[in-house]
Amino acid sequence: MRVPYTWLRELCDPGIGPEELAERLAMTGTEVERVATVGPPSAEGFVVGKVLAAEPHPDADRLSVCAVDTGEEEERTIVCGAPNVAAGQMVPVALPGATMPGGQKLGKAKLRGVKSYGMILSAAELEVGEDPGGILVLEDGIVPGSPLSRVLPLAEPVLELEVTPNRADCFGVYGVAREVHAISAAPLGPEPWAEDAPAEGDGEVGDYASVTVEAPDLCPRFTARVFTDVAIGPSPAWLQARLTAAGQRPINNVVDIANYAMLLTAQPLHAFDLDRVPGGALTIRTAAEGETMTTLDGVERTFDAETVLVCDGNGPSGIAAIMGGQASEVSGGTARVLLEVANWDGTNILRTSRLLGLRSEASSRFEKQLHPELCMRAQRIASRLMVELCGAKLVPGTIDVAAAAPAPHRIVLRGSRVEGLLGMRIEQPDQVAYLERLGFGVEVDGDDLAVMVPPDRHYDVTREVDLIEEVARVHGLDEHLPTTLPGSAGQVGGLTREQRLRRRAEDAMRDLGFDEAIGWSFTDPGEAQRLRIPAADPRADAVMLSNPLSEDQSAMRTTVLGSLLDVARGNLARDADRVALFESGCVYLDAGDAGEGPLAGSFPGERPAPVAEPRHLGCLAVGPLSAGSWRGGGEPADFFSLKGVLEALAGRLGAELSFEAAAEPFLHPGRAARVAIDGDRAGWIGELHPLVCREWDLEAAVAFEVELAALVGAATAGEETYEDVTTFPAVYQDLAVVVPDEVSAASVRDAVLGGGGELLRSAEVFDLYEGEQLGEGRKSLALRLEFRAPDRTLTDEEVAGLRRSIEVELGKVGGSLRE
Amino acid sequence: MLERIEEIRSEAGTAIEAAPGTAELEGLRVRLLGRKAELTTILRGIADLPQRERGKVGAAANRARQELEALLERRAADLDAAELEARLAVDRVDVTLPGAPARPVGHIHLITRTTRQIEDVMVGLGYRVVEGPEIEHDYYNFTALNHPPGHPARMLQDTFYVQSHPDVLLRTHTSPVQIRALEVQPPPIFMIVPGKVYRRDSDATHSPMFHQVEGLAIGEGITMADLQGTLSEMLQAIFGEGREARMRPHFFPFTEPSVEFDVSCFQCEGSGALGDGSRCNLCKGIGWIEVGGAGMVDPTVLGFVESSGYDPERVQGFAFGMGVERIAMLRHGVPDLRRFFDNDVRVLGQFR
Ligand SMILES: [Zn+2]
Repeated sequence: MRVPYTWLRELCDPGIGPEELAERLAMTGTEVERVATVGPPSAEGFVVGKVLAAEPHPDADRLSVCAVDTGEEEERTIVCGAPNVAAGQMVPVALPGATMPGGQKLGKAKLRGVKSYGMILSAAELEVGEDPGGILVLEDGIVPGSPLSRVLPLAEPVLELEVTPNRADCFGVYGVAREVHAISAAPLGPEPWAEDAPAEGDGEVGDYASVTVEAPDLCPRFTARVFTDVAIGPSPAWLQARLTAAGQRPINNVVDIANYAMLLTAQPLHAFDLDRVPGGALTIRTAAEGETMTTLDGVERTFDAETVLVCDGNGPSGIAAIMGGQASEVSGGTARVLLEVANWDGTNILRTSRLLGLRSEASSRFEKQLHPELCMRAQRIASRLMVELCGAKLVPGTIDVAAAAPAPHRIVLRGSRVEGLLGMRIEQPDQVAYLERLGFGVEVDGDDLAVMVPPDRHYDVTREVDLIEEVARVHGLDEHLPTTLPGSAGQVGGLTREQRLRRRAEDAMRDLGFDEAIGWSFTDPGEAQRLRIPAADPRADAVMLSNPLSEDQSAMRTTVLGSLLDVARGNLARDADRVALFESGCVYLDAGDAGEGPLAGSFPGERPAPVAEPRHLGCLAVGPLSAGSWRGGGEPADFFSLKGVLEALAGRLGAELSFEAAAEPFLHPGRAARVAIDGDRAGWIGELHPLVCREWDLEAAVAFEVELAALVGAATAGEETYEDVTTFPAVYQDLAVVVPDEVSAASVRDAVLGGGGELLRSAEVFDLYEGEQLGEGRKSLALRLEFRAPDRTLTDEEVAGLRRSIEVELGKVGGSLRE
Repeated sequence: MLERIEEIRSEAGTAIEAAPGTAELEGLRVRLLGRKAELTTILRGIADLPQRERGKVGAAANRARQELEALLERRAADLDAAELEARLAVDRVDVTLPGAPARPVGHIHLITRTTRQIEDVMVGLGYRVVEGPEIEHDYYNFTALNHPPGHPARMLQDTFYVQSHPDVLLRTHTSPVQIRALEVQPPPIFMIVPGKVYRRDSDATHSPMFHQVEGLAIGEGITMADLQGTLSEMLQAIFGEGREARMRPHFFPFTEPSVEFDVSCFQCEGSGALGDGSRCNLCKGIGWIEVGGAGMVDPTVLGFVESSGYDPERVQGFAFGMGVERIAMLRHGVPDLRRFFDNDVRVLGQFR
């Protein structure tokens, strides 16, 4: 909302500059985006001139050489390119040294050999209106040489307000003036709609026009007045200037009057050329589903059954509150005008304007829900201007098709509640003064107030708490509100164990050398295919958005891997030679069920989350984990480098993982494993399939992705119990086991642990040997064993016995000890 | 005999001192104390000596032997040390070559770090951290937050909807978690909600995905003045000691009264001007920087959870929310919100 400062001051002059007012407004709830200046930055150097003579330029067809009286002893020679310049005109003149809008400083110029000592200006050049036809011609009766600012607003400050959607009243300048009155206590001018125009036309409005409202729910009020003897022409300079400063293009006097009344009251109006409305009959109805109409902008639009149309005998002529019709538009030949001022259902207008992608000054006001009472305010203001500026005659009577107006709200404001909610006291006389200045009716009832809400605030102020906000903001939060803390209710703050462990997992990944990425939750629907995920896999069934910003962002991710691959590609394209990334974030699975706890997607509340969104921890490495150097190293990360990372991560949490060869569509089939916790699937790890790498322009990459809920759920960190390792010494032994190739290290280790029983505290594979002397298809694994009893020192015989039982267990998986 | 022993001892002592290396010393040891050595022979022949000489000769020979052993040992230690020094002296490296690269240390994303910082501040004030789903029911995101269907306030946020479920959307704020938590926990409640949120907007100042942190405090007699105090504590913890908070009235559907809150500018100390008199670029000369929105929880919102103990006549409280990206941008001079989601490792690595 653009509010020209001079216009505002005419209604309520706070006695302070626009910048200071802007700050006061901001501190009381109306944000001022900026204070702009319309027109030249300063009025200096702009005067009224009188064209004494205008002769054709000797060397240029389109230029005139003018003699202009600017109140100085000698007349000035000014070369002018406008076709409409003529002797006798009063015109705006910029003298050399004046600064034009946009900051350009005017100098003396030589135009085709003739020196020009100034410039005759058009309305557009001064930013006071539109006049592509040429220079602005002023009214007679001004002394040449007078400052131009006496007749035109120059350097007009304009407050660009960011009005919150609840304040429909502040979409009109008078509403803003009332707000300024409330916060400054400066006097407020009389309501501009107080006085109506004399009705001097012939007959009665019903003789000219009729209105039928078939959709009273969506059109609670429709008023119409008729004007005859209308003389269409340009608006006077003051009106053009005011509209231009407010951001409206002047068109002709009738349209300008409608816009002016809207800017003043917030109530939009629409003028019809009555002679182009067949029979003067208008019908307001909802569209038939699929009904079409070509709107003013030449686009054919299709409506649904909730769209409200304004129709005449020829069919739909406009979309209610959004766009008028071309057929009945006011034009140069218009002699009789029907002025519509209606009230519409805001929700319906908002819906339709969204649906059609059409938004106008009018619709943006109607969608905030105006009160039906406003209609006649606008009618009265416009009627007086129609008579005054267009020489029109107002036909007696107003067509007024209206449902019952909503009953005004009467709200009790308890004095105790004001202080109870705010934590500051506002004296009752102050409360009364603030509310009355805002236009509320107030009756004092002991400590309480009975408050009547004016129509302008009917939809905004409906409850006691809304009144508390009104008195609080006018009173001034910044100056008066104390700074306190809530009384302690014995609450203890903190993170849950799950939240602490999640942080620990993220920190562990950082300490292991990985950078945390935050990828987009959106992806393109083709990602599953690029990851070679088959259609039957739940990860191919992404949650799709119905209104994405682009196709590339239309699906919700089902893996963190895809995001990490995108990030890796981006970084390699920026010349990174290696990346080591992780992300802790949600994936979204339409078909999935939430597990236990927030990390698994189970959240507080009576309704479960609409889709499963478990939190995953993904990790991706391209290139070496540590850089190589002159000493060597720098081998690219492979399956085992990342498995070591995952094991270290699990170690930080005290979680036990198991790995088993298992394919994933996006992994190298021979270098892929399922990660399990307590036998349940918790993720995967592996080198990426070369075809997947190719899709992301990578040579090779290795990754894992685990469910954080499972990882954190299995964590024992923080819950450990002391184990005595000092009283009785451990016995360490190495074991070399020969097994067929196909027997996994894990099953060898399991057999060893099984055979060793409780006294075998650990068994770790530390070497692998494959050589001719073992024979084809066999390998040897070396394990380091640690035996310990909690209550005694183990004897050699005991350990030898355990070794024998280990040997037995190994035999069951085809293994034997190698001596 | 005794003279001979003394002679052996003295000659041997000189020879030991003169031994140039451990190999020579080992030769000496064999020659002096070995099986065929003269001293050994003497000791072995003591039994054949006359009775009265045995004691003296035996004692002298043994003493000589012990002395030589000690000398040999000392000389061996000296030689070892000297030889070690000599070996070390030639074992040189070029200390100017680069060190072997350690496993690099990674980085926590600045958004995560900033979120944690805010969480920690609020935890210190007695708040718990609660999380909720990003894909949410319309009911929690709008209806229960006083945005009835068709309400213009719904259009404040342009919302992504889910194809398969018309009443399901990507949450536009973290506020739906308020309702979820209030449904299951009776008052008093002090909670904070971090998380991703989504709006249908993309340019230099808007990202379709970003992060919010939201706080909520409801109990008996919690006032707007308490909101101001809480914001003030929080902003000082985030932006530094001595920062001030101010609240400007505003409009949100789920709070009444509603405010936006600012922190006094930490670059110009709230003066709006820099040391050289030029306008402060951070606060644009205003002295205050907008941080987020807040207000007293609207009674209509409490009405949706009245059955879990939130009678608007009995309990009241405040809510506040802010963008994590915005705070990170202010604190660390990040010029463009989109940089957070580029995940450029050269940028990630700047924040330790
Ligand atoms: Zn500043």
